[in-house]
Amino acid sequence: MKGDIIIDAKGIIKRYYIGQPNELEILHGIDLLVREGEFVAIVGASGSGKSTLMNIIGVLDKPTEGRYLLDTVDVVAAKDKELSEIRNQKIGFVFQTYNLVSRTSALKNVELPMLYAGMKSGARRKRAKELMGLVGMEERMHHNPDELSGGQKQRVAIARAMANDPAIILADEPTGALDTKTGRMVMDIFHRLHLEQGKTIVLITHSPELAEETERILTLSDGMIIGERRGLGHAPI
Amino acid sequence: MLLFENFLLALSGLRANKMRSILTMLGIIIGIASVIAIMTVGNSMSGSITASMSNMGASNITVGLSQISTSTEVTQSGMRFNRGPRYTQYSDDDLITEEMLNELQKTYPEDVTGFLLDKSVGSAQAKDGQLYANISITGANQTSIENDDLTILAGRLFTDRDQDEAKKVCIVSDYFCNNLFNGNVDAALGKEISVLLSGKYCHYTVVGVYEYDASSNFSSSSEEDTSTTLYIPLLTAFNQVHEDPAYSQLTLTSSATTDVNTFMSTVEDFFNSKYYRKNESFEVSCSSLTSLLEEMTSMMSTISLAISFIAGISLLVGGIGVMNIMLVSIQERTKEIGTRKALGATNASIRTQFIVEAIVLCLVGGFLGIAIGCAIGVFAAHQMGYDAYPSMGGIIFSVVFSMAIGVFFGYYPANKAAKMNPVEALRYE
Repeated sequence: MKGDIIIDAKGIIKRYYIGQPNELEILHGIDLLVREGEFVAIVGASGSGKSTLMNIIGVLDKPTEGRYLLDTVDVVAAKDKELSEIRNQKIGFVFQTYNLVSRTSALKNVELPMLYAGMKSGARRKRAKELMGLVGMEERMHHNPDELSGGQKQRVAIARAMANDPAIILADEPTGALDTKTGRMVMDIFHRLHLEQGKTIVLITHSPELAEETERILTLSDGMIIGERRGLGHAPI
Repeated sequence: MLLFENFLLALSGLRANKMRSILTMLGIIIGIASVIAIMTVGNSMSGSITASMSNMGASNITVGLSQISTSTEVTQSGMRFNRGPRYTQYSDDDLITEEMLNELQKTYPEDVTGFLLDKSVGSAQAKDGQLYANISITGANQTSIENDDLTILAGRLFTDRDQDEAKKVCIVSDYFCNNLFNGNVDAALGKEISVLLSGKYCHYTVVGVYEYDASSNFSSSSEEDTSTTLYIPLLTAFNQVHEDPAYSQLTLTSSATTDVNTFMSTVEDFFNSKYYRKNESFEVSCSSLTSLLEEMTSMMSTISLAISFIAGISLLVGGIGVMNIMLVSIQERTKEIGTRKALGATNASIRTQFIVEAIVLCLVGGFLGIAIGCAIGVFAAHQMGYDAYPSMGGIIFSVVFSMAIGVFFGYYPANKAAKMNPVEALRYE
């Protein structure tokens, strides 16, 4: 339901232990609340703890302390296998470096999360083709990733992120490796997914201009959220 | 489902890295190929030997008289000799008679299928004016002549009537015809030939001509002088030498279901307790080709075992090669593993993926090895003059074994991949 809380994180602390006396605390108690259908940006310079926070939101890592409910599922208490299932069902990753699996076609890449979800091959293929249509990649969907341009790869990656209809799309610098024009195109796809499909999107970026396009901007510095403001909520005109 | 996808993925990975895959598989290929080649050669050898032995009669038991040794003495140099009568020529009373054989057949109708009975009459010369042919005359009963597996070029074998009525008929070789009938085998049929035997002429009518198998006999004489066998009916032979039918040695054919080794001792017991109990100089003893065959088979399997051991080392090295390349491959694909985990792959599915990949690598290597091994084995078997029988057991074993290598040497790298931390794996460049 629109307005339901999707990300409910409270007092997230992440520490790394590099030998006993050298305790390194990256995140110092972060509270984060994201509702369904929101388009949120987390902005921060490098070294601000952005990546660590993304890993925790993306269930790739667990916080040392704190509470984190993702779509009402308690992530902190989950076991390895359950974490895999949460990543599979609730989160769609879009990486800066696309991270498509080479040697298999773009279409197979989009099928991958559905394969891990145990979906039948016919249904998988049908859904993957629909998603390829959604990102405008149906013409080149049988090509391998190394035959695609950066923008095309990122569109495939977005289609893959959408595969299991996740609760959130987590985009980590999605335009970081793209030129302005293709970066614009990728951002437009996010806006479309947000407006037309009501997807919850969390954008992690170092670029304030990009963050400005989202509805809500959280600024991260030195492992703490130091500011929150409203953004445009649409692409600049 | 996932297995099949993994299988296809592994195959495409193999294709993408052809050179590397082939080099990795080389150990497996060489190992499997040598096992298969050796097993094919071994199988072909023992198959051919068994086939030729059963032609010769692996189920045949040679029954013969042997001298009773009262005691054995060993000289200082280790020579053994039998005490007692040094050598006694057996008399007519010692021989095995038709009556005994009939009794044996009656007692063991299940086991005894027949007797190969021969009577050697001696060497002789057939003459026709200036023309002559060297022969050795052998009387043979119907079973014996059938067992010799003659290739009849013209005419026929003996009939039961020829045998029963001791007709004066004969079967001659094609060499014989070359000498006496100018090579015309049909011209020989029905002709009466004169044979000079111990100063007397005997006359036989030719009823059949067989093909002389020069390869099975070693003869230093020229083709014209080669002595070939002239077959006559068994009773005719005994009549010729004025003896009653009795044998110092004969061959017993046993049925296919008979255990030759145990039946041999049964036959010995039969004769020795029933007919030879009172005979002081002779007893009946048996021998067969089966024991010889068993010895050869065991020798073959020893050789196979030794070579399999060497091949096993090659497979071990090959397996380590597979493990090594899997570790490299996993290192290279760290980011892919991280991505897959981010997309929801469980540890188990990552593990399965890489184990399947190792298995596919080993299986493809195994199949190549089987193909190469069969080719080498068949070629070698042909070169050695045997019919090639690829060993099905060996092929199945190789497939299973190469899969096992894949699982065994793939498990450690696959497990390493499965246990990767997704955050670190994604960060890996």
